[in-house]
Amino acid sequence: MNFYLLTLIKTGLIAFVLLTALAYIQWIERKVLAHIQLRPGPYRVGPHGLLQPLADVIKLITKEGFIPSHVNLFFYVLAPLLAVALALIPIAVIPFGPEIDIFGVRTWMQLTDLKIGALFVLAVSSVGVYGVALAGWASNNKYSLLGGLRSSAQMISYELPYALALAAPLLLLNTLSFREIVNAQAGYYLGFIPRWTIFQAPLPQVLSFIIFLIAGFAETNRIPFDLPEAENELVAGYHVEYASMKFAAFFMAEYANMVTVALVTTLIFLGGWHAPFPAPASNYIPVVAHVLIAAIAFYHGTQPIRSWDKYTFPATGVICLGIAGLFLVPVLQPILMPLFWFIAKAGLLLFVFIWIRGTLPRFRYDQLMNFAWTFLFPLAVLNLLATGFMVAVFSK
Amino acid sequence: MSGVPLNWYLILSAILFCLGIAGFLYRRNIITIFMSIELMLNGVNLSFVTFSYKFKQVDGHIFTFFVMVVAAAEAAVGLAIILTVFKNRQTLQVDDINSMKN
Amino acid sequence: MDAFLFLTFAAIAVVCGINIIVQTHPISSALSLVGVMGALAVLYLMLGAEFIAAAQMIVYAGAIMVLFVFVIMVLNAGGERLTKRSAYVRIFGVPLMAMFLGLIAFVIQAALPRGEMVTFGAFTRGGPADVGRALFTQYLLPFEVVSVLILIALIGAIVLARKEID
Repeated sequence: MNFYLLTLIKTGLIAFVLLTALAYIQWIERKVLAHIQLRPGPYRVGPHGLLQPLADVIKLITKEGFIPSHVNLFFYVLAPLLAVALALIPIAVIPFGPEIDIFGVRTWMQLTDLKIGALFVLAVSSVGVYGVALAGWASNNKYSLLGGLRSSAQMISYELPYALALAAPLLLLNTLSFREIVNAQAGYYLGFIPRWTIFQAPLPQVLSFIIFLIAGFAETNRIPFDLPEAENELVAGYHVEYASMKFAAFFMAEYANMVTVALVTTLIFLGGWHAPFPAPASNYIPVVAHVLIAAIAFYHGTQPIRSWDKYTFPATGVICLGIAGLFLVPVLQPILMPLFWFIAKAGLLLFVFIWIRGTLPRFRYDQLMNFAWTFLFPLAVLNLLATGFMVAVFSK
Repeated sequence: MSGVPLNWYLILSAILFCLGIAGFLYRRNIITIFMSIELMLNGVNLSFVTFSYKFKQVDGHIFTFFVMVVAAAEAAVGLAIILTVFKNRQTLQVDDINSMKN
Repeated sequence: MDAFLFLTFAAIAVVCGINIIVQTHPISSALSLVGVMGALAVLYLMLGAEFIAAAQMIVYAGAIMVLFVFVIMVLNAGGERLTKRSAYVRIFGVPLMAMFLGLIAFVIQAALPRGEMVTFGAFTRGGPADVGRALFTQYLLPFEVVSVLILIALIGAIVLARKEID
């Protein structure tokens, strides 16, 4: 098929799925946080709050886009634009699966593969600091400016451990292109331990994984590093003067950054789309998982709490059984299996992001900066040195 | 679908360099003068990379790398000096920092 | 296609460059400089310099210019006060610069043979592996010297910018 047409189709598909996913990650976050805090969360808008993101989107679009009179208009409008554009760009280089064959068209499940894919993601996250800094500046408000400066100082401070923790597994993988990074993690040791980077000889990259994840929390301004933008600190920081869609843009940018960090961590440390155990057994796991979910849904459907639970739970159960059946179809397996494993691992990481949000208190700003410069950065350097040493001594 | 003449890249590099000189000589704000210096360095980087393409060697890229590193070091120290000057004189206009004049 | 990309990004670079000189407030100049660096990164990609393009965005646009933007925001000194220049500068400035530029362009055209084209994909040895190999074998001494230079700059910046403890 024509290359441009194919890329256009892939772009449309990924954009649609990504934007819907961003809205629903917000729903998942609210539900998980609510259950951690022993309350139901969004419950009324649609069954179990499933239409809540839609309601939020409608509210944000129809709200008055109030622009205060004292702001620097060009930068005020540019900042959320920059933030959301730079947050959505890295998805272009992330592969969701191996090369597949749909209706005779052979293509990778990826928009484009750059030889410097990992550097590209680093570059875009470096330039993403401007959205925050400009938002703080343009609002012409001293609290906003302080919040913006603190937030951008935090982001550039944690870029160093982020990049160093990214460099250590690259010594093992020997390539910067994401396709080859995942291909280098194929196969199994002793027949059942996957060759993911966190298990790989000569040095399992567990420390790099932890450092990368911590730095990723700080880069995306998530708890426990979200002091510059918390609601009760500094009047919600750099986005206090923003209303409706521009505020929604910052929100979307934050979730997109979170998704990017989760996806990149999965690709580099957790083996991308490769299953944890060898092929024939692991093909049944998605089926079993979906059948379990269907069973739970049917069970809760027999004990309805609200009047429409009699219908929505069994309907969910039937949908999950249908998806389980899809995983058994051999023609669709090469497409669905890698996608399932990739989304499962990335979803687990996103759950960890949300879980930590519900559990940990936040750092004070000087504790945060101290942690980056006096602890995390030397640790990342030592980790890189240790990995380099092991690779030099034990590789052929 | 053919390429672009190499000379165009060099002329673009010259244009950026001249814009840098113009900004350096014309502006009176110390930070803008500094940024014009960075613009000149960027023009020179483009020149290095172009010649690296012409001779099909990677040495031009190494030069560019070193220019970037030196620009980073220079920006750090220069901005620290500017901060100190601002603390003492409360102005960023180069014309106003003239207590040793005449 | 190559010509179209080159002309677009060269135009962006020149317009942003002119904007640096024309704007009064330093923050607009700083963001125009980021625009120049972004356009130049694309031009480096067209010349096959992948590593340098990524380094330009990570180091130059993502760290050095953030430092500039920080300092401008922290100092908050406002726009530049426009002063009158002497008559010589106002009348002869731009034509002299244009003549200088014309001279350089003439020297370039005379010194280099015509017909050398830059096509995307003709130079493939600009990747991180090749740059790294050259950096750590042939240019090892300058690399080490430059790391000491960064250390000196780091110490100098910290000493200059800290508060005096009386």
